[in-house]
Amino acid sequence: MNVLDLSRWQFGITTVYHFLMVPLTIGLSLLVAAMQTAWVRTGDRKYLAMTKFWGKLLLINFAMGVVTGIVQEFQFGMNWSAYSRFVGDVFGAPLAMEGLAAFFVESTFLGLWIFGWDRLSKKAHLACAWAFSLATMLSAYFILAANSWMQHPVGTIISDEGRPQLVSIGEVLTNNTTLAAFPHVIFGAFAVAAAFLVGIACWHLWKRSDEEPVWRASVKLGAWVGIVSFVGLAITGDFQGKLMFQQQPMKMAAAEALCHTEEPAAFSIFAVGDVSRADCESVKSVTVPALLSFLAHNDFSSEVKGVQDLVTEYQAKYGENYPVDERLGELSGQPIDYVPMLPVTYWGFRLMIGFGAISALVGAVALWLVRGGRQAPTGKWFPRLMLLSIATPFLGNSFGWIFTEMGRQPFVVAPNPTGVDGVWMFTASAVSANTVGEVLTSVTVLTLLYGALAVVEGFLLKKYVAGGVAGVMPPVKAPTGDGKDKDSDDKSDDDDDVLAFAY
Amino acid sequence: METFWFCVIALFWLGFLFLEGFDFGVGMLLPVLGKDNTERRVMINTIGPVWDGNEVWLIVAGAATFAAFPLWYASLFSTAFLALLLFLVALIGRGVAFEYRGKVDSERWRKNWDRVIISTSWVASFGIGFVLTTNVHGLPIDEIGDRVGGPFSYLTWQGIVGGLAVSGFSLVHGALFTALKTEGEIRERARALVLKMAPVALLPLVVTLLLVQFEFGGPATWGATVVVLLAAVGSLARLWAGREGQAFALMGVAVVATVIALFGAMYPNVLPSTVDPAFSLTIENASSSSYTLTVMTWVSAFGAPAVLVYQGWTYWVFRKRIGVKNIPPVHVPS
Repeated sequence: MNVLDLSRWQFGITTVYHFLMVPLTIGLSLLVAAMQTAWVRTGDRKYLAMTKFWGKLLLINFAMGVVTGIVQEFQFGMNWSAYSRFVGDVFGAPLAMEGLAAFFVESTFLGLWIFGWDRLSKKAHLACAWAFSLATMLSAYFILAANSWMQHPVGTIISDEGRPQLVSIGEVLTNNTTLAAFPHVIFGAFAVAAAFLVGIACWHLWKRSDEEPVWRASVKLGAWVGIVSFVGLAITGDFQGKLMFQQQPMKMAAAEALCHTEEPAAFSIFAVGDVSRADCESVKSVTVPALLSFLAHNDFSSEVKGVQDLVTEYQAKYGENYPVDERLGELSGQPIDYVPMLPVTYWGFRLMIGFGAISALVGAVALWLVRGGRQAPTGKWFPRLMLLSIATPFLGNSFGWIFTEMGRQPFVVAPNPTGVDGVWMFTASAVSANTVGEVLTSVTVLTLLYGALAVVEGFLLKKYVAGGVAGVMPPVKAPTGDGKDKDSDDKSDDDDDVLAFAY
Repeated sequence: METFWFCVIALFWLGFLFLEGFDFGVGMLLPVLGKDNTERRVMINTIGPVWDGNEVWLIVAGAATFAAFPLWYASLFSTAFLALLLFLVALIGRGVAFEYRGKVDSERWRKNWDRVIISTSWVASFGIGFVLTTNVHGLPIDEIGDRVGGPFSYLTWQGIVGGLAVSGFSLVHGALFTALKTEGEIRERARALVLKMAPVALLPLVVTLLLVQFEFGGPATWGATVVVLLAAVGSLARLWAGREGQAFALMGVAVVATVIALFGAMYPNVLPSTVDPAFSLTIENASSSSYTLTVMTWVSAFGAPAVLVYQGWTYWVFRKRIGVKNIPPVHVPS
C-alpha cells in the first residue's frame, strides 16, 4: 500500500461514514421542526411526543455527524496538501462559507433548542428548530458547491503560478452541477429520514405499543415523504445524468459499461459476465434499445460515446503518461488509466437506484397495510422487514456517492470540457508527502474508532427506539389539564426551577 | 487585505481559545470539582448549550485558513500530521461523550464517559496548544512547504511547553467559569482551586510567551505580553475579592493579549520555516488571490457579527447560575 491508496481508502471510509449521519440529520431535523410546528399550532400532545421522540434520535445521530465532519475538513490539509495548495483559492471559499454562514448557526441553535425548552417562549424555541434545520440544508449547499467544483470546475482561470484562480464566486455557487446535485442530495436525505420514520413506527405499531396515534402519524408522514422523495430523486437524477453525459462522459460510459460508441445507444439493465477493470468487451448486458440515448440527450437516436473512444479522446487532451515527478512515486511517467473501476461505477449506479426504489416501495406498502386505521400485521416478518428497510436509502446514498466520486478517477478535479484549459488535477498528484506509516496509522485509528462509535450509536438508537415515547417524555406532573401538562411559556424567575433538559 | 485576513484568522483563534478554553477546563476539572454524579452534571450543564458552538470557532479558523492562506493550511496540516490526528481523536471522543454520557442510567456507563471527557479535554487542549506554538516557532518545511524529516521532526520542547500552556490556561479559565456559573459548594471549591493552582497552571503560558518574545518579539508584542501578566494577576485579585464576573472578564483580556502577542510576533510570516528562512510562508506568498480575499471579506463582514450576536444571545438565555437543585432526576428508557 502506498500513501495514495491509503489516503484514498481513508477518504472513502471517512466520507461514506460521515454521510450516514448527514442525510439523517438533514431530513429528520426538518421533519422534527415540522412536528414541533404542528404541536405549537394545535397543542395536540401527539405532536409533542413525536417531536420529543424523533428529536432525541436526531440528537444521538447529530453528535456523530459533527465529530466526523471535523475529520473531513482536517484531512484536506493532512492527507491532500498538494490538492489544498493547488485549489485553495477556489475550493476553500465555499468551505469557509459553510462554517461561517451555516455551521455556526447549526451548532448554536441546536444548543438553544436542546436546552431551551423552559428558557424560551414556545415560538422562539420553535424558531430555533427551524434555524437549525434550515442551516443543515445551507451547509449541504456549500459543501455540494465545493464538491461540484471538483466534478465540473467553473468560475476560474489559471493564475500566473499555474493554479486555478477564482474569478467568479457567483459561477461557483450557481454551477449547474451544484444546482442539480443539491435537490438530488436533499431528496436523498428525506428518503433516509422517511424510511427511518416508517421502519421504526411500523415496528411500534406491530408491537402494539402505547401511544398508537404517535406511531400512526409517523408512518403516514414518513411514507408520504418517502414516496415524494423518490419521485424527486428520479427527476433530479435524470437531470443530473444528462449533465454528466456532457461534463464527465467517461463516468457515464463506465456506469453503463458501454465499450463502443453507439448510435442509438441501449441502456443496460444488468450485466452478466465480468465487468472487469480493463475491458468491458466480455460483458453481456440485458439492454433496452435506444433508452440510453434518450437518458443522455432526450433523443432516442443520438450518439453516446463509449469507453474506448473516450480513452483516445482523453489521451489526446490530457496526455498519455503521468509527468515524470518523484512525488508521483511508482506512477511517475506511467501511462494514465482513464477508465474508472468498471464494477464500482457499473454496480454503484444500479445499486443506488435499486435501493432508492426499494425504500419508496416500502413506504407505499406500509401506507397500504395500515390504511384506514388498520392494525399492523402480526407475525415475525413484518417488523423485521420494516426495520431492515431503514437501511435501503442509506445504502442508496452511499452507492451514489461511491459512484460519483470513484467515477471521476483518475481525476480529483475533473476537467471541464467547455471550461478553461488546464483546470484539472490527477488524484495521484493531490496527495500529501507523508509517510506510509503516518497514513496507515490514521486509517487504522479512524476506522477502529468509527467502528466502535457505530456500535455505541447503534446501541443507543436501539435503546431509545425500544423505549418509545415513555423514554423521552417527562412523567406527567400533577393533573393540570389534558394535553397541556408542561407549559413552556411559564418562565418564572424562581431560581429553584428544575431544568427541562439537562445532560 | 492579506494583513486583514491574518487578523481575522487570529480572531477565530481568539474565539476558540477564549470559548473552548473554558469548556476544555470544565471537562478537565470534572473529577476535581464534581464530587458526585449530580455535581458533575451541574458542571457539564454549565457548558452543555454552548460547547458545540464554541468548537465551531476552530473549524472556521481552519476553513478560513484554507480559503485565505491555502499554502499555510496545507503545510501546517500535513506537517503536524500525527499531532493533529491525536487532536482529532480527542475532539471526536469528547463530542460524543458529552452527548452520550447521560443517555444510559448506569454508574459504569457514566464513569467511562467521564474518563473520556477528562482525558480528551486534556489531550485536545494540549494538542491545539502544541500545534499553535510550533506554528509560531516554525516548522521544518522545504520550498514547496512539505515537511523535511520524519513524522516527528517538528516535535520541540517549546511546542510541549506550549501544549501545557493551553492546558494550564484552560484549567484556570474553566475553574473561573465554573465559579461564575454555579452556586453552592461547587462554586466555593472552584474559587478556592483557582487561587491555589493558578500560579502553577499559568506558568507554562508565561514561559511560552517569553520564549516567543525573546525569539521574535517587538515593542508591541512585548507590550501585549505585559498585559497578559497584569490581566492574569488582576483576575486573581478580583476573584480574591469575590468578584467572579470581573475575574473572568480579566482572564478574557489575558487571552486577547496572548493572541496578539503570539500572532503579532509571527507577522508577517504565517508559518516560518526552521530549515531556511527563505522557505517561510508569509502573508504574501501563502495567500489566495485578492478576488478570493475580497469575497471572503464580504462573507465574514456579514457572517461574523451575526455569529457574535446569536452566540451572545445564547449566553444571555443561559445566564443563570445553576446548582444541584436545578438538576432534574435522570429520565431515560429503562
